[in-house]
Amino acid sequence: MSFDRRQFLKITGLSALAALGLKGGFELLAPGKVDAEPPLTKGKRWAMVVDMRNITPEIMDKCKQACNEVHNIPNWGDPRVEVKWIWAEVYEHAFPDRLHDYDAESLRGKEFLVLCNHCSNPPCCRVCPTGSTWQRADGIVMMDWHRCIGCRFCMAACPYGARSFNWGDPRKAPKELNPNFPTNPEFPTREVGVVEKCTFCSERLAKGELPACVEAANKMKKDVLIFGDLADPDSNVRKALRKHYTIRRKPELGTKPNIYYII
Amino acid sequence: MYDGGKIIVGLIIGIGLLLSPFFYNAGKALKPPEPELTPKAKEAKVCVASKEYMRDNHMHLLDKWRQTVVRNAERYYESADGKVYYKSLQVTCLDCHSNKTKFCDQCHNYIGMEPYCWTCHVVPKEKK
Repeated sequence: MSFDRRQFLKITGLSALAALGLKGGFELLAPGKVDAEPPLTKGKRWAMVVDMRNITPEIMDKCKQACNEVHNIPNWGDPRVEVKWIWAEVYEHAFPDRLHDYDAESLRGKEFLVLCNHCSNPPCCRVCPTGSTWQRADGIVMMDWHRCIGCRFCMAACPYGARSFNWGDPRKAPKELNPNFPTNPEFPTREVGVVEKCTFCSERLAKGELPACVEAANKMKKDVLIFGDLADPDSNVRKALRKHYTIRRKPELGTKPNIYYII
Repeated sequence: MYDGGKIIVGLIIGIGLLLSPFFYNAGKALKPPEPELTPKAKEAKVCVASKEYMRDNHMHLLDKWRQTVVRNAERYYESADGKVYYKSLQVTCLDCHSNKTKFCDQCHNYIGMEPYCWTCHVVPKEKK
C-alpha cells in the first residue's frame, strides 16, 4: 500500500485532532482539585442541629423574623420575588427523596425550618464565575456581595433553593410592608441584581454572638436550635448528633449539608 | 480662498464663544471644600491612621478593609498607636464622621467622584 502526499496529510491531521480531543476530554472528566474537601480539623467547622420534636411554628416565625430584622431583608409581599434566608418548608418539599406512600402521618405536611446548609461540598461555589461565593475555612459558605454580578448560576446549582435574587432594590420594597426598613443600621442592604443567602451570621460570630435565629429560638425554648463546632468532638452539636438519629436534606447529592434534623 | 475674510472672522467668533467660559471664570478658582469635622471627631483627634494618610488613601484603606473583612473574616484593625477598631464603614467611620454630606459628599462632588458604597451600606441618620 502506498500513500500519496494528500492521503498522508489527511491522516496526520485527523490523528492530531483526535489526540487533542481525547486529551481535552480526559482533562474535563478527570477528578479535579475542586472535589477535594477541606480538612475538618482546620479550626472550627460550624453546623446546626434543628430539634424538630420541640420546634413549633411560632418559634420558626420568630427565627425568620429575627433573621429578616438583623439582615435588612425586605418583605416584597410577592412570593415570586421573595428574598429568604431562613424559612419553613413542608416535609414533602424539604425531603422529597425520603417520601414513600406510607409516610408517618406526623411528618406529612409538617413544616421544617430550612436555611442554607453550608455544605462541605458546596455546588454553588463551584459554579460562581467571579469567586463571589466561596467556602471559608470554618465551613461557612460565604458571599461577597461586592463581587456578585447576579448571573444566578449559584441559584441554579443549589439543590435547596437557599439563594434569593434581588429582583428590585430592597430599599424600594413596599413601605407599608417594611415600615422601619432598613431595620438594622449596622448591616448593609443589598442592591438590585445581587444574589443573597444565609451567612450563618458571620458578622455576629465574629463578635462572639450566636446566629440571630439560634438566639431567637433559644429565648423561646432551650436547645431547639443547636449551633456549634463539628470539629470539636465535645461540642454541643457533636453531643446532639451522637445522642439522636438525625437526617439531612438530600444527602445523596453529595453536597454534604451541615444542617441536621432530629425527627 | 473664497470669502476668506468671513471664514476667518467666523472662526475667531466661534473659538471665542467656545473659550468664553474660561475667560469668564479666569482667576476665580472654585475653592476646594474643607471636610468638616463633627465635635466627636474633633474630640477623638486621631483617625485610624494619620490625617495625611487618610486624606490620600482612605479609598485604599476602605478597599483593604472590605477585602479582609469579607474574605478573611478579619474584622478588627489595629492602628499604628495600638488602638483596635472594628472595621466597618457604616458602623465605625460614620460613627465619628456622622456628617456624611459635609465630610464625604462635598469633596466627592467637587472632584466629580461618585462612590457606590451607599447603594448597599446604610447611611446613619445625620443629626442637624
